[in-house]
Amino acid sequence: MSANVVTRRDFIRGGAALVIGFSLPLDVACQKEAKPMANPLNAWLKIAPDNSVTLMLAKCEIGQGIMTTLPMILADEADVDWNLVRVIHADTNPDIYDMSTGGSGSTIGQFTPMRQAGAAARQMLISAAAQHWNVSRESCRTAKGIVYSGSQKATYGQLAEAASKLPIPDLKSVPLKDPKEFIYIGKPVPRVEIPSKCDGSAQFGLDVHVAGMVRAVIARCPYYGGKLKNFDAAKAKAVPGVIDVISIPEVSNAHTRAGVAVVAENTWAAIRGRDALVVNWDGAKPEDTSDALRQRMVALANNPGKVLRNEGNATDVIAKSAKKVEADYEMPFLAHATMEPMNCTVHVRSDGAEVWAPTQSPEWIAGAVAQATGLSSKSIVGHTVLSGGGFGRRYQLDFAVEAALVSKAIGKAVQVVWTREDDMRFDFYRPANYHKMAGALDENNRLIAWHHRIVSTSIRDFWGGKSEGQEIEGAIDLPYAIPNIQLEYAAAATSVPRAWWRSVANSFNGFVVQSFVDELAHAAKQDPVQFRLALLPDREVNPNSKEPEFDPHRMRAVIQEAATRGDWGKPAPKGGARGFAAHYSFDTYVAQLAEVSVNNGNLQVHRVTCVVDCGRAVNPDGVKAQMEGGIVFGLAAALYGEITVKDGAVEQGNFDDYPIARIFESPETEVFVLTNDNRPTGCGEPGVPPIAPAVTNAIFAATGQRVRKLPIRLT
Amino acid sequence: MSPIALNVNGKTQDVDADPQTPLLWVLRDNLNLTGTKFGCGRGLCAACTVHLNGRATRSCITPLSTVQGKRVTTIEGLSPDRNHLSAVQQAWIAEQVPQCGYCQSGFIMAAAELLARKPQPTDDDINEALSGNLCRCGTYVRIRRAVHRAAEITRAELTRAAKGELA
Repeated sequence: MSANVVTRRDFIRGGAALVIGFSLPLDVACQKEAKPMANPLNAWLKIAPDNSVTLMLAKCEIGQGIMTTLPMILADEADVDWNLVRVIHADTNPDIYDMSTGGSGSTIGQFTPMRQAGAAARQMLISAAAQHWNVSRESCRTAKGIVYSGSQKATYGQLAEAASKLPIPDLKSVPLKDPKEFIYIGKPVPRVEIPSKCDGSAQFGLDVHVAGMVRAVIARCPYYGGKLKNFDAAKAKAVPGVIDVISIPEVSNAHTRAGVAVVAENTWAAIRGRDALVVNWDGAKPEDTSDALRQRMVALANNPGKVLRNEGNATDVIAKSAKKVEADYEMPFLAHATMEPMNCTVHVRSDGAEVWAPTQSPEWIAGAVAQATGLSSKSIVGHTVLSGGGFGRRYQLDFAVEAALVSKAIGKAVQVVWTREDDMRFDFYRPANYHKMAGALDENNRLIAWHHRIVSTSIRDFWGGKSEGQEIEGAIDLPYAIPNIQLEYAAAATSVPRAWWRSVANSFNGFVVQSFVDELAHAAKQDPVQFRLALLPDREVNPNSKEPEFDPHRMRAVIQEAATRGDWGKPAPKGGARGFAAHYSFDTYVAQLAEVSVNNGNLQVHRVTCVVDCGRAVNPDGVKAQMEGGIVFGLAAALYGEITVKDGAVEQGNFDDYPIARIFESPETEVFVLTNDNRPTGCGEPGVPPIAPAVTNAIFAATGQRVRKLPIRLT
Repeated sequence: MSPIALNVNGKTQDVDADPQTPLLWVLRDNLNLTGTKFGCGRGLCAACTVHLNGRATRSCITPLSTVQGKRVTTIEGLSPDRNHLSAVQQAWIAEQVPQCGYCQSGFIMAAAELLARKPQPTDDDINEALSGNLCRCGTYVRIRRAVHRAAEITRAELTRAAKGELA
């Protein structure tokens, strides 16, 4: 954990208060461990004279429940009354915050810093009480916001002013609770913001209202990298309510498109104005179509790729094997399709700007707005608002940079609204991918060789870095004990923007690995669950490892528990069959069992049993919710998800041609959280990868049809 | 353009907007009732669901001109105040339904209408009545549970009322 430069700041309306700052890891992509930072202040605990406890949440609530999880940790160590805790989303301050929210990393990265801050606060309150009563610190104890010593007691609120003047303990060495003493961590605590989401008062990005604000929608070049040729604004300006029509340039580092913004008094006028706009685009139109891309991927898959893992000699063993299994798998581009379309409200003034963005990366947005407007980054304040879903889409900067350009051009606060079609067509998509698989069994039906060649439209080729950087997650770390393993990668070129989508490459590699292992189990005439268990190595993890390590025993436990809970091995209800999958991602172990039926080509997923081991589950009900949601998210992709491209432009536009799962398609789902004392690991994403293979493995069990291409098309 | 009188959540107010404007944008932009959400603009996701004379209606494809003389109820008007939440809202909180929450106003309005029509719905009734509502976070399992729970809450309230306890 990093060294902490502790500063006292009374950040809310002055007054006597105990304020503690602590550092948090900077790099969200690898939040396994905090890194030292020059200015580590990141979040504050404030105990006011009225006994209320306020936490500045320096992460983004996008539906994952972090607005409750992190305060629970803090409240537990500080020993405050949960009923008096309030949570506020922090504004950006790049010197002190890292608010980036992704990689299933918020709880992983902040569990210990939150504990340390809470514990330090408690120590200071005890010291203040001990001094006041002239007793030893050791004679004091605390309970839910009150310090006791003998017959004396004082509330935290009464002690806050005195405590705030005391030296702050070294956060690295402050004594932490024995986990047995936790009062909130590990309990299903109701989420703090849920009531506001049930009465319409929750403020999402699109609900922001700023005095004098106008609205805008933008006509964007349909293919990436195109230019604006010309536009005729006359008809757009004739629409009542339209104020102005302006062009905005493409900003390459934010990956925005060339565009024409229609600015209006209200959203509807802006939408209608854009409908009336005449605009022509220029520049090389990509000859990118989904069919041509698929052919490129197949060609790449038929030739050797870059070898990234090589143990034994898989190629030879498979070539010589009398019992080999070969199969190709493929999956398309996918859109994020958050329920709240992209939007951003920005007010650019001459001396600075305010940004209200539903985002997963507030500081990056502030920085990008500074760059796009020429303002200093210190003059940009980002106000974080609730996001109507994230799934990785809100990591991007495009929606904020466009809004800043519009606001600067018109000199007013503006809310840029994306229609659903804009959101669908100008996304950064989950890569399209193609896989060539081969495996070999020996005469005793033991799996002796595994060969996986991945071809995909690399995320890193779009953003920079090694092509394979993101694409091999969930495949390079194949956890099975197989004497010959080879993994290869090749990148396919495309003009289509790609980026991180819930569970990233695990969303496709998890499907491929868990499907192919099922194929091999059937080829070996073995029970698929027993086959997986037998493949797990028998080794112990290093207990002193700083990084979480894959622990075969924990994987074994989730597989066995899911098999038991999901009635594996018992007859399925008439006409049904079961399928199994288990995948490790974001340091979390998830096994899922799906019960399906197929009638006249119609698939119904009736029941899903999910077992998760995410170490210490801070809010077990939140973990369950993330698994339930991950299952439906993954199921939607398996059933329907497909973005296709023609001339570089995305063909889908709304929920009629890019359907997502509906309530009647949503199976009865039971989630079991295996509780233990291991460090907390990710929960936002690991529920997604296993569901598609669990379902398609069940389809195979029911019908004999092996689904190797998503979305599922039954014959 | 002459103002159009609109009855929203029991209050009548004049709205100055093009009669073709979808009710959704009038609620959000003109009346600042932002609990009703924009999701698709084409009646495909039901995040914009309000009650029109008690019937669940997609406000994103309902022109203002067709709403005149009708009662509009939005999520903000579903219960008298935050201390007296409707059974559906109570159940939604008790079951911890929302994740991102963006679609939930629409679900709650659709569920309230279902329960008004059918006080004891089956799973099939729920699946049918809410089949047009989309939730990307995947809260459907909890939504089904919450609708059943709301039915129980209402039954319990009616029983108590019958016994005169709510007099």
